[in-house]
Amino acid sequence: MGMTLAEKILAAHSGRDAVKPGEFVWCNIDATSGGGLRGLERLGVERVWDSQRIYVTDDHLAPPTSISVANDMVETRRLVEKYGITHFYEYGRHGIQHQVFPEHGYVVPGDLIAMADSHSTTGGAFNAAVTCATGESLYIMTTGRLWFMVPESIKVELAGTLPPWCVGKDVVLKIAGTHGTEAGLYKSLEFSGPGVKQLSIGSRMTIANMGVELGAKFAIFPCDETTLSFLQGRTEREPRPVAPDPDAAYAEVIEVNLTGLEPQIACPHDPGNVHSVAEVVRQHVRIHQAFLGSCTNGRLEDLVMAAKILKGRKVHPKVRMIASPASMEQWRAADKLGVLQVLADADVMVAHPTCGPCYGGHLGIIGAGEVCISSTNRNFQGRMGSPESFVYLANPATVAAGAVAGEIVDPRELYNFEKDEMTWPTKN
Amino acid sequence: MADEELIREGRVWLLGDNVSTDLMMPGEVMRLGGEGYRQCFRANRPGWVDQVREGDLIVGGRNFGCGSSRPAHLNLLRNGICGIVAESLGRVFFRNAINGSLAVLTCPGVSKAFDEGDTARVNFSTGVVQNLTKGISLQGIAFPADSPPMEILRIGGLMRLIEKELAKKSGE
Ligand code: SF4
Repeated sequence: MGMTLAEKILAAHSGRDAVKPGEFVWCNIDATSGGGLRGLERLGVERVWDSQRIYVTDDHLAPPTSISVANDMVETRRLVEKYGITHFYEYGRHGIQHQVFPEHGYVVPGDLIAMADSHSTTGGAFNAAVTCATGESLYIMTTGRLWFMVPESIKVELAGTLPPWCVGKDVVLKIAGTHGTEAGLYKSLEFSGPGVKQLSIGSRMTIANMGVELGAKFAIFPCDETTLSFLQGRTEREPRPVAPDPDAAYAEVIEVNLTGLEPQIACPHDPGNVHSVAEVVRQHVRIHQAFLGSCTNGRLEDLVMAAKILKGRKVHPKVRMIASPASMEQWRAADKLGVLQVLADADVMVAHPTCGPCYGGHLGIIGAGEVCISSTNRNFQGRMGSPESFVYLANPATVAAGAVAGEIVDPRELYNFEKDEMTWPTKN
Repeated sequence: MADEELIREGRVWLLGDNVSTDLMMPGEVMRLGGEGYRQCFRANRPGWVDQVREGDLIVGGRNFGCGSSRPAHLNLLRNGICGIVAESLGRVFFRNAINGSLAVLTCPGVSKAFDEGDTARVNFSTGVVQNLTKGISLQGIAFPADSPPMEILRIGGLMRLIEKELAKKSGE
């Protein structure tokens, strides 16, 4: 019997010829993120397993939001030095970890990576098995190993042609709306089909990112030209591309036809409560805040998509819009192209890279009765602030269009994506 | 290793489907540590923290503990919860719980078998879930005795396992 992507990667990292779903294996890990450095010291660990494979940055509280956070960062910097950790990204060189780590080539095809934070699945965009191990980074940093239950795999077959007003966000919301947020619970989502090659690295990252909103342990894309050209110059490590065997066994096959896809919106309070933009427009949802950013949709191409809507317009007088590029690399690229200027001219508050608004931590928490349209990945009750607030998840164009109109509208009414006359290079 | 069965008995709270870790540990109070646990379920079950008792169990619906990887299990432990049985569990939450020594079990059908306040007896080693109030018994999906999650639960959490491995290393 052939193996899926997840099975191949887990077999290769556990020193076995083959593994089967349901088996428990101990694996060697290729990289992790250092969430528990203080724990290492407390345990008296002298040396970490591999100081070059531990990535450290702050994103959730960037830059420090209180004295206690600032003190934590003082400790983090001391420990980074103590353990000789080479990949530490100081504010100004930082970003949301799922963005800034791939930019520095921490994930190459064939890798098995377990790191802090649930959206670690983002790394699956690079033909690797990347998953969350927040509570386990201490163990990984000490031993370089972790246990896994071999997941069943689901094949997600992407067919058709993605319309110009849709991006990866709409694809993954469509899957969540059609198949539910448990579609991939414990499973490895493995993307294939002719639709894949149309997807930019950014769109693949968005889909893999929200793989966790489908419950998945991994969300893995194949390796192609797009993958390899992104990695060019970012890593010295050798890619080990993995492809599933033709006779691999899948628990399920999900087919997604990209042709004719409409912009999708997840309504409160669940990422699976998805409707097409036309359905939501009819409800005349007034909004108070629009947020463009996060590891889901805070890349250059997302900022450009929003800028096409915002160019020459103003954010509605009763709305505030916040934009936070996902990393300093994305920030600088957008600045160079004049994209940040377009946003600022439209009265968007352009911020630094941070998780703040996305998880209701800081920098734009919303209050009781407020509605936010957001390019992020979660709209659980209370996610962005007050338990009495409401979050709608959408693609960057829909977020920007909402900010301009003051209510949720179809972005295609504000910009002709088919003609697409504003061209900004979006390669990053 | 001598296998003592991992059994918990207590009063049941029914929490429903898709209970996220944001509900257990809201983002805004994530860093409050010690005091933040009082905010557990404030959005979906206001007042719950005043009613829950040490040794209570949670019966969850589908995808219990979905969402963020924050250590939300700590807020359940701090409120006295000693075990969780659910139709299905969010993957990251389930690993966090095991690593933090909070026993969890997947048991299809469990949310229909209990009313809130019933007494449950859950054998996490064999997977047998009993509703002592109603006299119903169900079979959940227990981890194999020799699997890593069982080993971690038996030893009392992932920290204990790290300490054991470090001790082994320094003894070599
Ligand atoms: S941007 Fe949001 S989803 Fe992404 S890591 Fe930060 S808090 Fe999590």
